[in-house]
Amino acid sequence: MTTASDLSCHGLVRRFGRQSAVDHISLDVPAGTFFSILGPSGCGKTTLLRLLAGFDKPDAGDIHIRGQRMNDVPPNRRPVNMVFQHLALFPTMSVGDNIAYGLKRRKVASAERNKRVAKVLEQVGLPGLEHRNPQELSGGQRQRVALARCLVLEPTLLLLDEPLGALDLKLREQMKIELKHLQKQFGTTFVYITHDQSEAMVMSDQVAVMKNGRFDQVAPPEDLYREPATPFVAGFVGDNNQLVGEVVSVRDNLAEIRLEDGEVVRGRVASGGVKAGGRAELYVRPESLVLTGDALNEGYSAMQARVRTTLFDGANSRVEAAKGDQPVYARLPQDGSAPRLTTDGIIRLAWDPMLARVFAAGNP
Amino acid sequence: MSRWLPRTYLTLIYLLLYVPILVLVVFSFNDSRTGYEWGGLSLRWYEALFNNRAMVQAMWNSLWLALSAATVSTIIGALTALALHRYRFRGKKVLNGMLFIVMMSPEIVLAISLLALFLLVGLQLGYVSLLLAHVTFCLPFVVITVMARLSGFDERLPEAARDLGASDFTMTRTVLIPVIMPALLAGWLLGFTLSLDDVVVSTFVSGPSYEILPLRIYSMVRVGLKPEVNALGTLLLVFSLVMLMLSQWILLRSKR
Repeated sequence: MTTASDLSCHGLVRRFGRQSAVDHISLDVPAGTFFSILGPSGCGKTTLLRLLAGFDKPDAGDIHIRGQRMNDVPPNRRPVNMVFQHLALFPTMSVGDNIAYGLKRRKVASAERNKRVAKVLEQVGLPGLEHRNPQELSGGQRQRVALARCLVLEPTLLLLDEPLGALDLKLREQMKIELKHLQKQFGTTFVYITHDQSEAMVMSDQVAVMKNGRFDQVAPPEDLYREPATPFVAGFVGDNNQLVGEVVSVRDNLAEIRLEDGEVVRGRVASGGVKAGGRAELYVRPESLVLTGDALNEGYSAMQARVRTTLFDGANSRVEAAKGDQPVYARLPQDGSAPRLTTDGIIRLAWDPMLARVFAAGNP
Repeated sequence: MSRWLPRTYLTLIYLLLYVPILVLVVFSFNDSRTGYEWGGLSLRWYEALFNNRAMVQAMWNSLWLALSAATVSTIIGALTALALHRYRFRGKKVLNGMLFIVMMSPEIVLAISLLALFLLVGLQLGYVSLLLAHVTFCLPFVVITVMARLSGFDERLPEAARDLGASDFTMTRTVLIPVIMPALLAGWLLGFTLSLDDVVVSTFVSGPSYEILPLRIYSMVRVGLKPEVNALGTLLLVFSLVMLMLSQWILLRSKR
């Protein structure tokens, strides 16, 4: 079986007791792309990564890397390297020895080794740091050493296990962009797991959203954002408001839903099983919501809500309102044109129904 | 005033610790028959010591025993610590607790039970019985030292090594052992010292074929201590200082 992809999995299963941590997962990662697996903790993404690295064996299914079956290949013989969550740099070795470790195992001659270590250090932006101790470096520098240690081996596949988790917020933002650049620069295929949707969105070419051992959706970040396939994806990727009610009618792929307080709102149907009389969930993003007075754009759907508080955050300022006891967030216009909002005041929120998504409630 | 109090206190403690040793070193160079009068500088007690063949033999025996007991108990102890750290198995807690029992139980109890065991299996008392006994009481110290080091060990390090292409053996050699090296050294030194100056257990399990230093000195006390013991003590002191510096040097080198 030969494929054009660097990594190809088919029907992977890994069970712990009666629970399936990885439940029939199939995936294809084209060469040179950045593939993220996004999911909440406990969704099985770490287990999946360990299967790929070879630290664990699947109960069923196949793993192919560049067309080679990998199921019975031990981790030290796979063309795969892994950046660990806490980096796992060897504390008894210098930065240079850490990076040279894999080359040494491949019996690369000392002069060649030093050359390649120096080169990769330059590529990750740490020239001349060979003789330092990893403990003396900053979090971001250590991160880059961990990357260099893998990249110097020119693996077919680089696995990354939430490597940014230990960094502080500002550094994380910076490393996100840097990782993406490094991936382009080296052209290595990256498989990145994270629970942080922003990391996955910013860096990836493709994102797989994982839940309970399965992929809910595999798509480019923009598609995940615009066309979530399931309520879980809609709620997990980007911010979203959820409104629950009873379907009144479905016409031209637009559903009308009566909320608990009797107001009727509209949105585009995104899943099967949305029919009159059934229950449904409507998702509409804070950035799709507009604060309006009485005037309403044609075709817009609208509802009333009670102001709780405003959350000023520059361009990302929002108002938190309540619909019944559900919180609803709406983006405030950047230019300060928003009306003055008073706590417990009633506001009207409107949206283009084509930007809202309706799923049948109870749909997986 | 408040500054002088801690200093005086500290000075007193160090005097208490080091004056006896200093006295021993000074009197080893004393040219006098009795141990409490100063008779001028001399190396006569060193000469007497090296001419006392039984004493020199006992010294070599002791060193050899301490060396082998420390090494054997470090190897067994390190493997035990690794097993206790890495694996879960039935009876792990019991095994762990039993180590402490050996450490806490009075030496005399250990001595009697070891003697009873050796007599039961018909083992002739000598080097082998001493070695077995010394390994027994050194072992828990090694295990505990290595376990303490392992408790801070990042479980991902062996995986990272495997991931970078190392076999299990290479991983152990290049990652695991360097990390636990300080504990191995500390455990070995502890074992070495414990073995070198043990009297109680050794009294019971040694035979006439293998005389060791602590027992030799102890038996000399009964007939009156000669100043050559001072010379012996000084030599041992120098020896342990050299050992200590050696271990520190190895530690520093492994850190770089």
